[in-house]
Amino acid sequence: MNIAVVLRQVPDLVETLDIDRTGTALDWDTASWIVNECDDHALEQALLLKEAGGGSVTVVALDAGDVDNTLYTAAAKGADRILKIPLDDPTPPAPRAAAALLAQAIRTLDAELVLVGVQAHNELDGVLPPLLAAGLERPYVGVIRGVQPGAEPGTVTACKEFPGAVMARMQVRLPAVLGILGAEQPPRYVPVSRIRAAMKATQFEEPEVTVPARDARVTVRRLYAPASAARAEILSGSVSDVAARLVTILAERGILK
Amino acid sequence: MSASDVLVLAEIQRGMLADITLELLAAARQLTAATGGSVLCAVLSDDGQSHASALAAADRVLLVNDPQLAAYAPEPYVAALCEIVRAEQPCAVLIGGTSIGWDVAPLLASRLDIPLVTGCRAIQAEGEGLAVTTAFCGGKLLADVQVTARPAVLMVLPGSCRAAAAPGRAQIEVRTLAAPLESGAVRFQEWVLPAAGDVDITQQDILVAVGRGIQQQDNLALAEELATALGGAVCASRPVVDQGWLPATRQVGKSGMTVRPKLYLAFGISGAPEHVEGMQSAELIVAVNTDPKAPIFDAAHYGAELDALDLLPALAEAATARKGEASQSA
Ligand SMILES: Cc1cc2nc3c(=O)[nH]c(=O)nc-3n(C[C@H](O)[C@H](O)[C@H](O)COP(=O)(O)OP(=O)(O)OC[C@H]3O[C@@H](n4cnc5c(N)ncnc54)[C@H](O)[C@@H]3O)c2cc1C
Ligand SMILES: Nc1ncnc2c1ncn2[C@@H]1O[C@H](COP(=O)(O)O)[C@@H](O)[C@H]1O
Repeated sequence: MNIAVVLRQVPDLVETLDIDRTGTALDWDTASWIVNECDDHALEQALLLKEAGGGSVTVVALDAGDVDNTLYTAAAKGADRILKIPLDDPTPPAPRAAAALLAQAIRTLDAELVLVGVQAHNELDGVLPPLLAAGLERPYVGVIRGVQPGAEPGTVTACKEFPGAVMARMQVRLPAVLGILGAEQPPRYVPVSRIRAAMKATQFEEPEVTVPARDARVTVRRLYAPASAARAEILSGSVSDVAARLVTILAERGILK
Repeated sequence: MSASDVLVLAEIQRGMLADITLELLAAARQLTAATGGSVLCAVLSDDGQSHASALAAADRVLLVNDPQLAAYAPEPYVAALCEIVRAEQPCAVLIGGTSIGWDVAPLLASRLDIPLVTGCRAIQAEGEGLAVTTAFCGGKLLADVQVTARPAVLMVLPGSCRAAAAPGRAQIEVRTLAAPLESGAVRFQEWVLPAAGDVDITQQDILVAVGRGIQQQDNLALAEELATALGGAVCASRPVVDQGWLPATRQVGKSGMTVRPKLYLAFGISGAPEHVEGMQSAELIVAVNTDPKAPIFDAAHYGAELDALDLLPALAEAATARKGEASQSA
């Protein structure tokens, strides 16, 4: 099976998030970028499918947010081709525009299955995978954990997560786009030496694309940290002070019996 | 039909009306107080009649019955909803940020070429458009967003609006679609339920929850020791389950369990909205995180900006010592 995987870079939430001077967007220059976690799972799922049944994995990404290292890592993990879509603007495009750009590149591949992370935490006016499916005129289902070859040829079986650790097994007729939440296994680890080797051996292909018009119907007026009115009472002091204080609180409330 | 109406998508999961539906109806009621329109509620199923009485908070309940809607599948759902939105022309369509919502809301917006906003926590009418506050970057930031076109699809974060008691009596309408729905390329096959036999975390009074901050599988033992000392059980956020360190039955959040224990201790959990929706109703929440800006501190009653790996054993020891004193003085 030939599979295309979309990888997006997102700001690392563990680092400080700066807001730019307009007050309406993240400061992309100071953000520290990492691969979107669900996309990393999408790549892992694609590699597992390839290992089980053959075919190829092509990674497609926009050239935004220091993506090169992520792409070399993907190559080191076993991706066969890497398409890096050039952008004039260093700020990542909104989901609609991103989907339009990615669809142009993916249309040139003969990929029966497109896997994309179901969500990225910095999207608010669109969800990339279904927009991409619409752009490719392919069916879509998301919130998937685990994809296997289907019982019938030309299908895959995808497990869709529901509350309560319940899953719905869905039969998906290909070609299709799936929004991945988790792979069947945690994303594999590759040693730095393999990534270095991939840097030397990998050529990124740069497809030609036309940049779509901006959608002005949804605009951010203000971006801000939540007000601290409802914030927790912070217990200060050493580890043993805090432990003692918590035990007292729990005992007072009758929780510690 | 009126451009001031608000349409809610009722959500049915395994034959049950999901709680999010009543939250959406409450949000829609607030919105129509400003727009002057009605609250409409679409029920997509093979026979929605059994759910109609629970939807009295709406003004009109639109039952769309079709065999293709018996189990969830994206294509028939979106096709049915498109037809309803085209016919009713509401100013907003409210859909829960659920497993079904994450498919249907963006597909609907794309199909009708109308705007979509995700992570909505508060929605207001504003002139000819809408003003929405949404969660951004895993809840670390909020965004005030202006939507200048109607209708818009708003994907609402579960837990953003309190489900209100039903005020009135909805008018029930059975809607016939222009043509029977066709099945799409994605078909429901069967439900897969979690293996039985594990601890039921929804029945525990005390939960020790661990997240990615726990760093290594070996460190789970520290959480187990604390849980034993307190008389509770260990549960986790998604990354811990993704690593295979705990079974899915221990996951708390959107695709995991919704828990309401007396005490929820969160160690090394950032507090992403998908986690918080599963634990925000706990009676007492204590969060331990090295990042003072972690959103979990917005959901917690008490917090400590400490290393989880230090506090876990210290708290286990302090709790055991206190129990020892209590049993001696008794
Ligand atoms: C459709 C969908 C469904 C989802 N369902 C769920 C769900 O059911 N449950 C769920 O949990 N998530 C769910 N998620 C994932 C969710 O968005 C978050 O990615 C996840 O909750 C993050 O888990 P975490 O807080 O453990 O990890 P992170 O966000 O990585 O946070 C780790 C935290 O640990 C802190 N930390 C690091 N080291 C230490 C230390 N030594 N001591 C103390 N603190 C430390 C860091 O400061 C950080 O705040 C879902 C996502 C999607 C898209
Ligand atoms: N526990 C379950 N296991 C398998 N299928 C289920 C389960 N619960 C619900 N279903 C499916 O969902 C439909 C409606 O279920 P319900 O109304 O909840 O009994 C049933 O006809 C089943 O096909």
